Order: sequence, then C-alpha cells, then structure tokens
Amino acid sequence: MWDYVKMAVFGVIAVLAAIAANYARDIAYQVHAILVMLIAAGMFVWTVRRTGEAKPAVDGAAYMDGVVRYGVIATAFWGVVGFAVGTFIAFQLAFPQLNFEWAQGYANFGRLRPLHTSAVIFAFGGNALIATSFYVVQRTSAARLWGGNAGWFVFWGYNLFIVLAATGYLLGATQSKEYAEPEWYVDWWLTLVWVVYLLVFLGTIFKRKEKHIYVANWFYLSFIVTIAMLHIVNNLSLPVSIFGAKSVQVFAGVQDAMTQWWYGHNAVGFFLTAGFLGMMYYFVPKQAERPVFSYKLSIIHFWALIFLYIWAGPHHLHYTALPDWASTLGMVFSIMLWMPSWGGMINGLMTLSGAWDKLRTDPIIRMMVVSVGFYGMSTFEGPMMSIKAVNSLSHYTDWTIGHVHSGALGWNGMITFGALYFLVPRLWNRERLYSLSMVSWHFWLATIGIVLYASSMWVTGIMEGLMWREVDAQGFLVNSFADTVSAKFPMYVVRALGGVLYVTGGIIMCVNLWKTATSAPAKAAAPVAAPAE
Amino acid sequence: MDTYSLLREIADSWVLLFLTAFFVGVVVWVFRPGSTSEHRDSANIPFRHDKKPASDDAETDGAHCKEART
Repeated sequence: MWDYVKMAVFGVIAVLAAIAANYARDIAYQVHAILVMLIAAGMFVWTVRRTGEAKPAVDGAAYMDGVVRYGVIATAFWGVVGFAVGTFIAFQLAFPQLNFEWAQGYANFGRLRPLHTSAVIFAFGGNALIATSFYVVQRTSAARLWGGNAGWFVFWGYNLFIVLAATGYLLGATQSKEYAEPEWYVDWWLTLVWVVYLLVFLGTIFKRKEKHIYVANWFYLSFIVTIAMLHIVNNLSLPVSIFGAKSVQVFAGVQDAMTQWWYGHNAVGFFLTAGFLGMMYYFVPKQAERPVFSYKLSIIHFWALIFLYIWAGPHHLHYTALPDWASTLGMVFSIMLWMPSWGGMINGLMTLSGAWDKLRTDPIIRMMVVSVGFYGMSTFEGPMMSIKAVNSLSHYTDWTIGHVHSGALGWNGMITFGALYFLVPRLWNRERLYSLSMVSWHFWLATIGIVLYASSMWVTGIMEGLMWREVDAQGFLVNSFADTVSAKFPMYVVRALGGVLYVTGGIIMCVNLWKTATSAPAKAAAPVAAPAE
Repeated sequence: MDTYSLLREIADSWVLLFLTAFFVGVVVWVFRPGSTSEHRDSANIPFRHDKKPASDDAETDGAHCKEART
C-alpha cells in the first residue's frame, strides 16, 4: 500500500515540476524544475520496479549506520569541492583575469563566492553535522535511529537542497542575504527536511536506553532547534510568482539588516559552534579514550553559550542605522561569550590530561587538539573585533575574512577531519586507517595553509583599515580604494597559496579514506564466546 | 502602550529576571552536593554501547556497567 502512495506522490511531483518548468519565468527556476522532475520521475520508476518485492529485513538490534556512511562520503566530497572553489576565487581576487569573459554571469567572483561559502558551511559542515549527529545520538542513547527511512530522507533531502542552492547561485537566483542566499522554494524545502531531521533526532533521544542525555546531544539538539527558528524568521519572504525564483523580503531597512545578522551570527553560533561542539564532546573523548575533563563544566558551557550567543548579532552592524543601544548590547554579549568559549576550550584540551603523549603518536588527536586551539583563538579574536573601537578599524576589511577562516578552517575543518578519520575505519569495519603518515601530511598541509591564510589576512586587513582612515593635514583622505587593492596583491597571493595547501590536504584525506574503506585490513570478527561488554 | 514598548518592558524586567534565575539555577544544580558520581557516570556514556544498541532489559545492562567500573 505504502508503495502505491509513494508512486502517486512521485508521479504528481514529476507532473507538477514539468508544468512549472514549462511556465518558468527565469532560467534558475526552470533548471530547478527540470531537476526536480527528473528526480521525481526516477524515484517513480525505482518505486515501481520494487513494488511487490520482498523488503530486506531490517536488523532492529543494530545501529543504522548506512546513512552515516553516505554522510561521511558526502562530507569528504563537498569539502574538497568547497575548498577548491574557495581557492579558485582567492586566485580570482589576486588575478582578476580569472573572471573569464566567456563565463561572465556564471563563474565570476560574485557568483562563485556564495557557492564557496554555502559549499563549505552547509554542504561540508552540514553533512558532517548530520552524519556525526546520527552516529553520536545512536551510540550515546544506546538506541537505533528513530523513524526508519526518515534518516535517509534527511540525507538525500539535505543534499538536494545543496544542489538546488549551488546551481541557483550560478544561474543568479539569490535573495542577497549572507549565508541565507537560497530563494523561497529552496528555503521551503530545507524547512521540511529540517523538521524531519528534528523528529528523527528527538525520536532517537526519546527511546534512549541511557537515563541521562549525553552533553553532545544537547549541543546537537540546540543546533537543530535554533537553526530551524533562524531559518524560518530570516527567510520570511513573498514570492513574486509561483513560477519564478524571485521573492521580496517581508522586513525592510534596518529591521531586515538586524534580522539578517541575528540569523547570520547565530548561524555561526549554533551551526558552526554548538553543532561542532557536539562533535568535540563525543569524538575528543573517544579518540583520547578517556571521559571529558569535567562534565559539570560541559553543562555550564552549554547553558552559558545558549544564553549569550543569541544576543551577539548586532556587532555586525556597528556604526550603521542600528540604534546605539542595540549595537552596544551586541558588543557586551559578544565579550561575555569569551567565558563559555574558553571554558569549553579548556574542557576539550584538558580531556587529554594524563594522555598528552598521544599528541606525539596519534595524528588524529593532534588534529583535534589544533582544532580546539583554533576554537579558542577565534573565539578570542571575535569578541575583540566586536568592540566598537576595534570594529571601526576591522570592519569591511580582510581581517574579518581572516577571522572567519581561522574559525572555519581551523576549528570546523580540523574537528571534522578528526571525526572522519575516527569514523571511517569503524563504519567500514576496518582494523585501522590505511595510512597514518598521510594523516600527518594532511595535518601539516592544513595547519600551514591556515597559518598562511590567517596571517596574510591580518596584515592586509589592518593595512587596508589604516589606509582607508588615513587623512592628510587638510583632512583629505590620502588613499583611494584602488590604492588599497593594489597594495593587497602580495597578501592575496599568499592567501591563495594557503588555500592550495589546505585543499591538497583535503585531497590526501579523501585518498586515505577511500583506501581505508577499500583496502585496509578488515577487522577480525570477534570470537563468539566473548562477553558483550 | 504600543507593542514595542510593552515587549521591551516585559523583556527587561520579568524575562531578564527569569533567564538570569534559570542560569543561576543551572549552575547551582550542577554543583549540588552528591552530583559528582552522577556526572562521572554521565561522562562515561560514550564508552558503553559502541557496537549495538542496549537490549531491552537495559536495567541489568546499566547495573553491570556500574559494577564493572567501581
């Protein structure tokens, strides 16, 4: 019966998408409608062919790891894509000739830049979060993932969202909100996927066999709930036509700006921080083979972070039309965030106390430690930059870009790499990783890449800020904007080289993980008589 | 009173008080006497069910874990 319902749904979607493609008012919408039509038609045929066949039995007494395996593959794939696009646009900034004439309107910097940010944040980071959250919530709840195939819907639905967003950017569908560029129908689709994600996660927690909900799950849950709230409020918009991509924001002016940065900063706070802290609180103890340094501190870390982060958004709008009290409020809360952030960093690092020798022998732990170190560094830098006096120098300069990347490449990237290296041998049932020295290569390439990136952006950012505000004895500005651009050239080249190192490390990781899954020695089956624990 | 002023009034009086009290309450709750052993137990959750979910007689399972560690 269920198969017939699915057939009907897929058939109707395919027909509606075909109609939408026919009436489409713009190319992005048309391409998306055709894409949806093809996927729905393919699913229809697939369902028809399987109807009436015996379903493979589901082992309810095992964890659901298939979807995690797919998530790991997607994370590694999107990671390299995102890094490569980022490196290319870094070269575009240094060498504008790379904005090829024949690709104008599709592959120039303005189109590729949101593709890069969304690919690394939502495709790489998002897939990493979904995959690890499914892995962690099952292990720490001692329960199989709730909802059966709903987990698969979350994975495929989320990746469809990524593809729609990415192709939309190249074809010019954007609502011009940073980190929230996708247009209305893509937003609606993500909302649906996200609600199912929340249900799967909550359902697994509800049927847990452990009495206590482990702290990593608190972080994951806050990430899922808050992103749902932020996504819906920031994407309140009216489509101009149901057959077109364009929509009009409900908010206007400073309210719109405040909503956007309330969203934008909490995307950092809950997507890139809370969610990844969930990863830290599971994978660092697991890899170090010792429980977290202080469980009490982890609970306080959680609540302090939740209570403070949500207020920090206005620091993106210093010296704008935003009322002074609001930007001061944002600044004060940003500075208060120092405490929970550093509490969390200390908690992560001190988990290794008594096992520091592992830093010498285990490159995966090294990756995780550097990641937590970068978490501490960028959560020190961020509050500092939110102080109005500092912000007047740093805002709109490359310092901001450097800050973002020390957080994203250092903290999010490294902890994700660590988690992937942890997961692949376990998910594919291998004795060990294919090569530890390749992990070391990856570690050093990535670390040196980040150092090149961050230091060149500090130099160019501060230089640019100082050049913009330099006035002569009569009070005239000394430098034109083009002067700053040409002065930044050497630093732009260094930044792009840092990106080359980072993406090279990512490719090495993919090779290593691929070889691990395919040709590392398989784990010997445990003897039958061994006790369960 | 317009909506903005009303919400503002509520936000910086009762809601502020409630949120602050909630946070202080969490801290007090975390450090309550006798919580240490419970927290130590929670911190060990990741090391228990690596291979497969707990069986339905989880009670005995948990008791076994506790015994094994002390």
